[in-house]
Amino acid sequence: MSPAADRSKYLALAVLLLPSLAGMVVFLMAPVLSSLVLSFSEWDLIGEISWVGIDNYVTALADPAVLGALRNTLTFILGYLPSVVIIALGLALLLNRRIRGRVVFRAIYFVPVVTSWVAVSLIWKWLLNPQYGLVNFALGAVGIKGPGWLFDPAWAMTGVILTSVWKDIGFVTVIYLAGLQDIPEPLYEAAALDGATPWQRFWSITFPMLAPTTFFVTTISLISSFQVFDQVWIMTQGGPAGATSVMVELIYKNAFSYYKMGYASAISWVLFALIFAVTIAQNLLQKKLDRSDG
Amino acid sequence: MAEPANPTVTTDLTTPTGSFPRKREPLLAERAADTANGGSRFRGNDSVLERKRRGVTLPDLATYAILIAGAVVMLLPFAWMVSTSLKTAGATFVTPPNWLPDPATSDNYAKVFDSAPVGQFLFNSIFVSVTSTVLMVLFCAMSGYAFARIEFRGRTVLFYAYLATLMIPQQVTLTPLFIIMNWLGWTNSYQALILPSSFGAFGTFLLRQFFLRLPKEIEEAAFIDGAGYIRIFFTIAIHLARPALATLAVFAFMASWNSFLWPLIITTDQSMMTLPLGLSALQGRWTTDWNVLMAGAVIATLPIIAVYVFAQRFIIKGLSHTGLK
Repeated sequence: MSPAADRSKYLALAVLLLPSLAGMVVFLMAPVLSSLVLSFSEWDLIGEISWVGIDNYVTALADPAVLGALRNTLTFILGYLPSVVIIALGLALLLNRRIRGRVVFRAIYFVPVVTSWVAVSLIWKWLLNPQYGLVNFALGAVGIKGPGWLFDPAWAMTGVILTSVWKDIGFVTVIYLAGLQDIPEPLYEAAALDGATPWQRFWSITFPMLAPTTFFVTTISLISSFQVFDQVWIMTQGGPAGATSVMVELIYKNAFSYYKMGYASAISWVLFALIFAVTIAQNLLQKKLDRSDG
Repeated sequence: MAEPANPTVTTDLTTPTGSFPRKREPLLAERAADTANGGSRFRGNDSVLERKRRGVTLPDLATYAILIAGAVVMLLPFAWMVSTSLKTAGATFVTPPNWLPDPATSDNYAKVFDSAPVGQFLFNSIFVSVTSTVLMVLFCAMSGYAFARIEFRGRTVLFYAYLATLMIPQQVTLTPLFIIMNWLGWTNSYQALILPSSFGAFGTFLLRQFFLRLPKEIEEAAFIDGAGYIRIFFTIAIHLARPALATLAVFAFMASWNSFLWPLIITTDQSMMTLPLGLSALQGRWTTDWNVLMAGAVIATLPIIAVYVFAQRFIIKGLSHTGLK
C-alpha cells in the first residue's frame, strides 16, 4: 500500500474508530480493571487506600450478608426464570395460532416491558398492599386470606418475583413468537400426514426447533436476573429483615451507603464470576444437547 | 416494510418477523380463490393443518379466553394506577375498592408538581436520553463501519476486546466509574449522566454485522472516484444503514430513559435527577399516600407509553430481528 493510502487509512481510523475506542476505554474497560484492582484494597473514598490482598474475598465468602443476598438472588432466579419462560412460551404458542387480533394482544403484553421499573414497582407495591391492595382483595373474593406480601419476610420475595414476571412476560413472548415464525411449515405438514397429535407435534417439532430461542431467552434472563436491582430497591430496599436483599443491592449499599469501595468491588467480582460460570455451564449444556440430537 | 395490499389479510401477514417474510406473498388471484374456499390458506403457521376447519371451534374459544385474560392482567394494573391517582385520600383507602374515583380530583397531580420539580425531571430525562442515544448511534455506526471495512493491525484482537465487555455486568464498573466522576468533579452533571451510556459493544457489533452484509460494490464506485473511508461513511454507508441505526436508537433510548441505578448513584441534587429517579424519591415524602404516588407513576409512565403507541410495531419488529439474527 502506498504511503498516501496508509495516511488516509490511519486518518479514517482516527476519525471513525478513535471516539468509540476512547469511550470504551474510559467508561468500560478501565473501570473494569480498576474495579479488579480496587477489590484488593480497603478504601472509603476520603482516607488513604490500603492494600489487603484477598482479604475482601475471604471476608465476602463468609459474610452472612453476602451469603444471604446470594441465597435471595438464587431464590429470585428459581421463581422468576421458569415462570417467565413457561408462561411466555404458552402465550407465544397461543398467539401463533390462527387468530384475529394477534398484533393487538402482542402490543398489550408488551406495554409493561416499555414502562419504567419505577412506575411498575410503585404500581405493584400498591396492588400488593396487604390491607387495601387489589391482589388481596381478589384473593379474598375467592376465600383466600392474602399474605402481608412486601411486609412479610416469608412473602416479600414472592411479591418481587410476581412483579418481575408480569413486567418481562411480553419481552420473552415476542422473542418466542419470532422463533415460532421461523419454523418451516412443511415440518408440520409432514407430521400431519403421519397423523401426529398436537401434543406430539409440540414435543417432536416445535420444542426442538425452538431450542435456540429457548437458549437465548434463558441466557439473557438468567444474566439479567442475577443483576436484579431496580424493583427491589424501589419496592423493599432489601427488606423486610433482609428477605429481599440481593447481590446488586448489597454492592450498592456497601459502596454508596457504607463507602466500602474495595469490599463492594470484591462482591461485584464474585457476582461476575457467578454469572460467567453459569453462562459457560449453560453453553456447555447446550452444546451437549445439540450433539445428542444430531 | 410494504403493507399488504389486501386489507382483509393485514393482521395475518404482519408477522413479528416483519420484513423477512419466509413465504412468497400470495398473489391476488390465489387470495381470492382462498377466500372462496373459506379463507384459511394464508393465515397462521398451522393453516394447512386447520384447513378443514370452518368457523370458531372450542380450542379457538379457549385461546381467546386465555389471551383476553392475559391482556386484562397486563392492563388492569395501569387502569388501577390511573383510577387511584384521581381519588381523594378518603376514597383511596376503602374496602372493597372502588374502580371509579368518586369524587374525582386532580389534587394528587398538583401535589406531585408542588413537591418536586417534575418539569425539570422531564427535561433532564429527555435531554439525557436523546443526547446519549444520538452519541451512541453515531459512535457505534462509525466504529462498526471501521471494524467492517478498514483493515488494520490488531483489528481482531480489538474487536474481541469489545465483545468481551458484553459479558461484564454493569455493577462491576459502578464503583470505579463513580470514583472517576467524583475525581473529575462531575457528580450531578449532565456529562456524567450521558457519557457512560453513550458507548457500548452491542451497538458496534450490531452495526459491524450490518456493514459486513452490505455489498461493497456501491462503495467501490466511490473509491474509484477518489473518496476516502470517511467521506464514504458519511455520504453513503450511514444512509444505507438507516434501518439498523433506528433499531439501535430505539434500544438505546429505552435503556437510557428507564435507567435507574447509575442516576441513583451519580445524582444527589434534585435539579439533576431524571424522571424515574425523581419520582421514586416521592416515596420519601408521600410514603403511604398511594393516590399521590400513583399520580407520580402516571407521570412516569405517560411519556414512554406515548412513544410506544407511536412506535409500537417498529419496536417489536426491531426486537424480533436483533434477538437472534
